[in-house]
Amino acid sequence: MASTDLKQHIEEIEKRAHEYELDFFDVVFEVIDFEEMNMLASYSGFPVRYTHWRFGMEYEKISKSYSYGLHKIYEMVINNDPAYAYLLKGNTDIDQKLVIAHVYAHSDFFKNNFWFSVTNRKMLNEMANHAVKISRYIDKYGYEEVEGFVDICLSIEDLIDIHSPFIKRQFAVKSFLEEDEDGRKPISKLRSPNEYLEDYINPPDFIEWQRKKSEDEKIKKEKFPESPKRDVLFFLVENAELEEWQRDVLSMIREESYYYAPQMQTRIMNEGWAAYWHSKILTEKIVTDTEIIDYADHHAGTLAGRAGSINPYKLGMELFRDIEDRWNKGKFGKEYEECNDIEAKRKWEVKLGLGRDKIFEVRRLYNDVTFIDEFLTEDFCREHKLFTYAYNRSTNMYEIESRDFKKIKEKLLFLLTNCGRPIIEVIDGNYMNRGELYLAHKHEGVELKLDWAKDVLKHMFKLWRRPVHLETVIDGKVRVFTADGGKKGKEVEIESFLVR
Amino acid sequence: MSLRIEQDWGRFREIVRGKIKQNLRRYIVRSELIGKKGKDLVSIPVPQIEIPHFVHALERSGGVGQGDGDLGTPVGIGEHEGDRHAGNQPGEHILEVEITLEELARILGEELELPNIEPRGKKNIKSFSGKYSDIHTAGPESLRHAKRTFKEALKRQIISGSYDNVDPVIIPVTEDKRYKAREPVEQPAFNTVVIYMMDVSGSMGSEQKEIVRVESFWIDSWLRYQYKDIETKYIVHDAVAREVDRDTFFRVRESGGTIISSAYKLFRKIIDERYPHEEWNVYAFHFSDGDNWSRDDTHECIEILEESLLPWINLFCYGQVESPYGSGQFYYDLEDHLGEKETLVLSKIPNKDAVYDSIKKFLAKGR
Repeated sequence: MASTDLKQHIEEIEKRAHEYELDFFDVVFEVIDFEEMNMLASYSGFPVRYTHWRFGMEYEKISKSYSYGLHKIYEMVINNDPAYAYLLKGNTDIDQKLVIAHVYAHSDFFKNNFWFSVTNRKMLNEMANHAVKISRYIDKYGYEEVEGFVDICLSIEDLIDIHSPFIKRQFAVKSFLEEDEDGRKPISKLRSPNEYLEDYINPPDFIEWQRKKSEDEKIKKEKFPESPKRDVLFFLVENAELEEWQRDVLSMIREESYYYAPQMQTRIMNEGWAAYWHSKILTEKIVTDTEIIDYADHHAGTLAGRAGSINPYKLGMELFRDIEDRWNKGKFGKEYEECNDIEAKRKWEVKLGLGRDKIFEVRRLYNDVTFIDEFLTEDFCREHKLFTYAYNRSTNMYEIESRDFKKIKEKLLFLLTNCGRPIIEVIDGNYMNRGELYLAHKHEGVELKLDWAKDVLKHMFKLWRRPVHLETVIDGKVRVFTADGGKKGKEVEIESFLVR
Repeated sequence: MSLRIEQDWGRFREIVRGKIKQNLRRYIVRSELIGKKGKDLVSIPVPQIEIPHFVHALERSGGVGQGDGDLGTPVGIGEHEGDRHAGNQPGEHILEVEITLEELARILGEELELPNIEPRGKKNIKSFSGKYSDIHTAGPESLRHAKRTFKEALKRQIISGSYDNVDPVIIPVTEDKRYKAREPVEQPAFNTVVIYMMDVSGSMGSEQKEIVRVESFWIDSWLRYQYKDIETKYIVHDAVAREVDRDTFFRVRESGGTIISSAYKLFRKIIDERYPHEEWNVYAFHFSDGDNWSRDDTHECIEILEESLLPWINLFCYGQVESPYGSGQFYYDLEDHLGEKETLVLSKIPNKDAVYDSIKKFLAKGR
């Protein structure tokens, strides 16, 4: 537990954070040594999680890079109510203070950002429940069996729809009265006074067209699912032929994916927000003269960029500062945008003073995609020297490609959309009326990594237990890959054919 | 709490070990994986098992960066972190850690279950080496520790009251200055020399030499791990032997006949003149296709080995690579005459895959 000194720092910083109107969950601080830190980091912050070799792999990586001095984790905080934060034992006082302020800002973000509003705030308990359940399944069905199944689930863990928790389902009330027993709508005819006028009042073409339309609608209704489903995991949980324990494991993994999704969606904002506040709170209220150099050193280390990559801490923090400055000075809106005088724009100052309110609003409503889309400006790109880079085949190196604002923004948004993952949808769960699964990749200009995609298909075949198809685009042509088992004596066969 | 990770970690390592056994063979066989970086760092991948996902084929697709530079300026993206949260970078799945040759050798040792070597030599002699980890109040300006000096100055000024909050100017005086200094570390000195001999006669093709190259790299790594300082000498021979540097050893072109005794004589001469066996741990590795010129010469070789080499040195390893031309008779001659000598190890290396077992055979004695 925290020492008395540390307790004082925590109280002090908590008080200051409140003064700045940060609104956070209570934070439980734990001081732990680097071994525990490495271990907790391997379990991404949760002291109790289900057992799986992947966490051991993380540990191997984290502890190796720690012991080779490549990487050190100062702090970790988990989105929970109360929030749990871990501080590294042996950090200097000033490091701890910085980290504490950082943690409070994260907690504020977790609590108030819209995208986190649907996350489970008792995840610590939930993770522990998952651990217990999985260990019971292991006792009952065997380690290899359960582990193998978890491996399969993990390879599709990201096939969720990050927007789905927010969709309010409208259950259409439909009238069955109008339909006959086959589910077809009756064909509407006009009453004809004379039989010989029948063909004129109700032309056979039209009757035929109506009949066909009604038939089409019926087919559409029978389609399963009715519209493409992006939450592939949910579709599988509901419809795959699984043992009950398997269904349970799959839905646990889905739940964990949904818990982590907002963190991946708001990485730049979340880290930027925390960096903004630790900097503000510490430099304005906390740091003493003797600590300023060490503080600056640590802060600079956090924000340091490496050539060729974006530091989310820095990009986020600078954007928040930029927004605050613009809304303080009124550098936004029609009048500002349409001003052609560069000098006037630069000196623009209408003393609006809305900056602080604006950044709090931004932290409440945005995620990384909308954040970049709305607030990354041309001036900001120029000032912070952003660029896009690309691979140059002839020199075998990555080179700066462009400093064009549009290109930078486009590239960033692409990398952030769906957390950089391709979008896969369930098109048909009863493909060819044979109960086969038909998936489609929404191609947005970038192809799938094929060897992996094939492996995932093989895994999905084991889940679905019937052939699984994936439609995607290779070299501008639509192709379908199929994983089916048993045929030709092989376990899983991958075939592909050209659609057009 | 710590128990939990041990289970998962152990599980992971178990999985990898199943993998490593083959992988390590591949490391050995595929010599390009021995990427030497810097002075004595090699980069090897930390084992990671990939769980396949649907991902974009993003390799070499670029991204967004920040900093100075004209268009076309290369950006130093050597290694990506394997951080899936990075968002703006294609995921990299193999984390390469640059490790010291020592660490690599230790892994090799664990893998091959090699025993540690019992060194001989003058154990009483201590050598001094050092690291710049100490701080002194005097020293050359080039070693001045700026931060410590600054802190001292700050301390002094605060104590003496000359520190001004409003205008914090720190001026170090001579007494404030701190210098990095060498801290002596005592080490026992073991003198070790390793002599590699290779037959470069016409029958040794490039494939055979590749085997020799790979095998001697790993042997070298292991011995360097066991001994702090090590000297290596290289001898090539066809009908005559000559001492060459490392580069030449691996690059020299093949030609001529084979008189093995020429190499052994040169070896004996080097030992006698420069590395007296009372003070030196001597290791010798000889690689040949075993196709000696004449039986007389073979007898001479055996004589030299028996009388003046084997009694004095730690280990003499003879590795025979298979070549389409050689008879390989030399191996059997050695086996017949000197088979029970403790300091002689014989091994046949028919192909690259056999390198693994050959190293194990050579070094398993732990001498």
